[in-house]
Amino acid sequence: MVNGKRVLIIIPALNESGSIADVVGEVRGELPGVDVLVVDDGSTDRTAAVAAAAGARVAKLPYNLGVGGAMRLGYRYARDNDYDVAIQIDADGQHDPRYVPKLVDLLDDNDLVIGARFAGEGDYSVRGPRRWAMVMLSGVLSRVAKTKLTDTTSGFRAANRRVIEMFARWYPAEYLGDTVETLVHTARRGYRIRQVPVAMRKRMAGTPSHSPAKAMIYLGRAFAVLTLALIRR
Amino acid sequence: MKLTLVTGLTGLILLATIVELLRRRQLREKYGMLWLGVLVIVIPLSLFPRLLDNVAGFFGVVSGVSLVLFLGIVFLLLVCVHLSWEVSALEEETRTLAEDFALLRAQIDAERAARLTEAARTTAAGRDELVSHDG
Repeated sequence: MVNGKRVLIIIPALNESGSIADVVGEVRGELPGVDVLVVDDGSTDRTAAVAAAAGARVAKLPYNLGVGGAMRLGYRYARDNDYDVAIQIDADGQHDPRYVPKLVDLLDDNDLVIGARFAGEGDYSVRGPRRWAMVMLSGVLSRVAKTKLTDTTSGFRAANRRVIEMFARWYPAEYLGDTVETLVHTARRGYRIRQVPVAMRKRMAGTPSHSPAKAMIYLGRAFAVLTLALIRR
Repeated sequence: MKLTLVTGLTGLILLATIVELLRRRQLREKYGMLWLGVLVIVIPLSLFPRLLDNVAGFFGVVSGVSLVLFLGIVFLLLVCVHLSWEVSALEEETRTLAEDFALLRAQIDAERAARLTEAARTTAAGRDELVSHDG
């Protein structure tokens, strides 16, 4: 329970056996009253077993569906088990669970709350095509959602019952669908979206990519995904 | 003459393949019927390539063979798009199945864990009772 609400933390994980135990342990330590669901997205390592041993509930997909597939499973679990709030955090430890009560509080007046980098707290910077992609996404999505969104690809989000219900039925499994397209879809249906600044930490395991070619491809794909999301119903 | 033989034979071999696949139930009827329909049009054309020259002339295409080539490519493109569409639908179906499966497995695991703790608790309670009776 956080502020009288039943809260489920959903952690989509793919081959994260190196960091998942620490992430689950930290969430359970900081937030004793919440349930943690690790969605193992077809990992080939011991992610599911490690997460279960750390005290999380585990839903193991038989094969890899991508973050979107894992997240719809998480929201279906939240809906079926009657949770008031579902919060998504990354399995690599870059999201600080101490922000969770803040996100939950904001759900009183909003339907979807996003924990955003570059919004004042913490230090996090990107340059080049990746930065242009972020500027383009946040510019367009801020207009669509009628609220200031600076970090549209953040995987740190909190949803209330209405949005859980929607995401349990509809959640795209495509590339960037879990972030960009869900935002467009949610905003278009009149749900109130709000972002809060959060500090991000260094990943506990894994490395982010820095190749310029990959950054250009990312920009192109982000543009394509955004355009598609805008012309879809 | 030689060309007619080659094209005609190819058409007949394709026809035999489709019929055999359908006979062995390796091909769903909806696809089998599609290809049979195509072959019914293609085989006469392979035997008499001049058949479409009049139609081709009407559309401003010099040779009937060119028209067939053009229509063939358009048709194959449409088939490919249709197959992509079918695969997308299939992926959505298998995705839902995978999610259902994962939810059920999580539920079974949770129930088993609950049963085990319950069993452990009752055993412990029973032991405590025995001890207290003894004492």
